[in-house]
Amino acid sequence: MSADIKVDQVLDAKGLSCPLPILKTKKAVEALTKDQVLKVETTDPGSKNDMASWAKRTGNEILKVEEGSGTFTFYIKKSA
Amino acid sequence: MAQQKMTIIASKGSLDMAYPPLILATTAASMDFDVTIFFTFYGLDIIKKGMADKLMVSPLGNPAMPMPVPIPTLIASLPGMEAMATAMMKSMFKKHGVASIGTLLDLTKESGVKLIACQMTMDVMGVKQSDIIDGVEFGGAAMWLDSAADAQINLFI
Repeated sequence: MSADIKVDQVLDAKGLSCPLPILKTKKAVEALTKDQVLKVETTDPGSKNDMASWAKRTGNEILKVEEGSGTFTFYIKKSA
Repeated sequence: MAQQKMTIIASKGSLDMAYPPLILATTAASMDFDVTIFFTFYGLDIIKKGMADKLMVSPLGNPAMPMPVPIPTLIASLPGMEAMATAMMKSMFKKHGVASIGTLLDLTKESGVKLIACQMTMDVMGVKQSDIIDGVEFGGAAMWLDSAADAQINLFI
């Protein structure tokens, strides 16, 4: 699963509610260099749409989203 | 894309009403907005030293307040009910992984959000500049208007 995506950093945002998953994602992406990939895991159902809006607004790319049982996994490429 | 801008007027000092300005400000900053919050009237309580985690919520006059059992208005006015409602709301927030007001305020400052305290309401309510947390500027309506004039989003909360 997702063997094709090379992950450079992992962020566990499980159990956190809005806006913390976004704020922590922002911080983690800032620490990366361009084209590196952050894997973020969340449980907040709102984070699916929030993450898409955040990425659109900041110019970063969500390569893939996986939905598990109550969890969401995002692969975000630092593009900006 | 030119940097987007948002301003918020935070005019309420209850626990529930302190959340929206801080959640929106921190999130907007994380989306690269330039953000200003103008604290006025009861909103000043949010940025008084040591107050962020002491804000309270009242069940009085709020039929939407979630309670384990429906509370008649007369009971809601009894001493201790505010403390009870506040403790209940805080434990609900904690259980759901919501940041405390103090944490959000720290994140707000950390993310470069500009904080302005309304000098006029401070004077009226006897709040000194030394009562306000560090990193806050002091000003009035003109300062907010100057900021709001070129913002895409302006909210009064």
